[in-house]
Amino acid sequence: MDFSLGPQTTEFRDQIRVFVAEHLTTEVVDRMHATGTFNDRDLNGALADAGLLAGAVPGYGDRDPIELYVLFNELEKAGAPYDGLAVTMLVAGVVNAVGTDFHREAVLDHLLTGRYNCCLGYSEPDHGSDVAAITTRAVREGDSWVINGQKMWTTMAHEADWVMLLTRTNPDVPKHKGLTMFLVPMDTPGIEVQSVPTMATERTNATFYDEVRVGDEWRLGEVDGGWTVMGVALAFERGVMGGTNPAVPLLRHVRNWATTAPSPDGGRMLDDPVLRERMARTAIANQVSQLLTLRAAWIAATGGLPGLEGSMAKLYATEQYQQAVGWFQQMAGAEGLLGFHADGAAADGWIDYDARHAPVTTIYGGTTEINRNNVAERHLGLPRAR
Amino acid sequence: MDLDLTEDQEAIRDVFADFFTSETGPERARAAEPVGFDAAAWERLIETGAPGMGVAADLGGGGASLADLAVVAEEAGAQIAPLPLVDHQVTARLLASVGGCDDDVLSGAAIAGLGVRPVEDGIASTVPTGAVAGRLVALDGDRLIAVTGPVGDPLANHGCLPLAHREVGEATVLAEGPEAVAAYDRGLDEWRTLTASTLVGITRTALDLGVAYVKEREQFGRPVGSFQAVQHLLADLPGLLNGARLLTAKAAWAGDRASAGESGVLDVDANDVTDFGALATMALVVAGEAAATSTDRSLHVHGGYGFSEEYDIQLFFRRARALALLLGDPARECRRLADRMFPDPAAA
Repeated sequence: MDFSLGPQTTEFRDQIRVFVAEHLTTEVVDRMHATGTFNDRDLNGALADAGLLAGAVPGYGDRDPIELYVLFNELEKAGAPYDGLAVTMLVAGVVNAVGTDFHREAVLDHLLTGRYNCCLGYSEPDHGSDVAAITTRAVREGDSWVINGQKMWTTMAHEADWVMLLTRTNPDVPKHKGLTMFLVPMDTPGIEVQSVPTMATERTNATFYDEVRVGDEWRLGEVDGGWTVMGVALAFERGVMGGTNPAVPLLRHVRNWATTAPSPDGGRMLDDPVLRERMARTAIANQVSQLLTLRAAWIAATGGLPGLEGSMAKLYATEQYQQAVGWFQQMAGAEGLLGFHADGAAADGWIDYDARHAPVTTIYGGTTEINRNNVAERHLGLPRAR
Repeated sequence: MDLDLTEDQEAIRDVFADFFTSETGPERARAAEPVGFDAAAWERLIETGAPGMGVAADLGGGGASLADLAVVAEEAGAQIAPLPLVDHQVTARLLASVGGCDDDVLSGAAIAGLGVRPVEDGIASTVPTGAVAGRLVALDGDRLIAVTGPVGDPLANHGCLPLAHREVGEATVLAEGPEAVAAYDRGLDEWRTLTASTLVGITRTALDLGVAYVKEREQFGRPVGSFQAVQHLLADLPGLLNGARLLTAKAAWAGDRASAGESGVLDVDANDVTDFGALATMALVVAGEAAATSTDRSLHVHGGYGFSEEYDIQLFFRRARALALLLGDPARECRRLADRMFPDPAAA
């Protein structure tokens, strides 16, 4: 085995680090948390202009998934607004894999400029983990489709140019077999976006589709083949595109805080042996999370489908992150409750932020329970439980 | 970047998987209790060249890398082989590094062991192979010493490992001063890495035993493995297993790089760690926890049978804990790591 990135990937990583140092200003980070929009078109555009974005489309061009991993891992570690970019690049990867020439020209070419965005329309108010049961209908009328329904957790919909929308086209077959995916331009008449604020700073949305009419050219994949398209998207999503190293910036913030924060026992918090042990344990878990993610990227780079390895990485990384957040907020005491820029806030409010954000990480992008089901059934070969 | 074993390593894995399956395994481990040594299996192991395989070829050894040895150790752990192989290999490499590895140690005719805790008042306490290793290497103050002499009296213990206290008495000084401490520290990091790999093997087999049992055992008219509460206990384990194996392999890789004179980095802020010492400690902590969790959950899903001597899982359960604690409380290892990762900025 060889755990070095190799000269080409190291150069790519260093370019990203230089880019981040130059472009990720305090203003950008503050704006992200003030607006709840974890997406920055200027930053994304600058990434594209610097030639760093083409490698971010899974399966596209001659870049390998290790570079895809490196890009999102560096952005995540730096605390950059990358969530919107990850979704957009995920859609770009799906379009590249299953789209038509029309999709490539009308969508993919735009996405590669970093100045256009996508959102995902999978979940509905009554259908989350059981996503194959969704009821948003698409009915064919000549060369068009008419869509009616509602989606939930359509994060970034308020900034998106397209939604990758999962619809039901056939209610009379088993639920997985009657789904069709569309790319719907968000400026199509009949789409309404409502803000859904969350307990952390990030904003998400509910979206409503009322007699939304799109041409058949916006269909992505086969009619009633939506589940296959979902499978492509999930294989790209899990593990490789960020989300498995959130405790790296957390540990950095905690360390900076502990270096000067006084301990109630005298001295500094950094001298507290329990805190030091927990910081070390967090650093260790960060390495393991990174390696599990790299393993998923490596499998993708060598032609495999890393869905299960991505599930394992997400399971491990998110639970370790939640444990670390719990430790550090507890140890910061009352100062760990104070928000961004509040007088006396531990780590200038980052501990409060991470404690608010952490719960969603075992929910979104496939819950911990769904991931455990995947591993139990498909990796361990245990009988289906449901 | 290459996260697969080399073809040579795959061959090594297959050969030693066969060896440990046929020459050792849970039945032999059970028979070797309480001391934890199978002399007949050691004789067979000598025939494979494994005892000296980690010593450089120009010194008469097999020239295997630390990464190669980690592959062997995982297979030994998977069969809880009652053999002092890791300790012997590490000690042979340490002896070779200070010019003191003789033919008997190279061949395995004389078993060598490492005192993993510093000598205090002339006693090396709970030496992992103290009850079987005629050659003991330990650190006494800043002197690296070798002791040849009778093996110690076996101590009854949790993992049925050949633990014994050893009086150092008349010892040969192999090296002295910073050089001696550096050689010993390097040896101890190799011991951490290969012990971690042994624990990875234990993690793996414990998971396999649990999965096999819940597929077969029926309650309420169906396999207990079809219950989600049982499935989810086991579903966390493949990630722990893979994570521990990757981190251990990375530590071994870093150890081989360090041997070649390449320095590593320890940048926690960027999560960039290629430093051998740090990775070796991390690997032992992670593999120890993975093995504890895997054996704990696997034993639990065996129900009452898991607690009985008749079933194999208890053998793995006890060894998982014993190997992880020989160096002391893992929390202490974490704090030692913290001293390297988070030094006092005023002192820097």
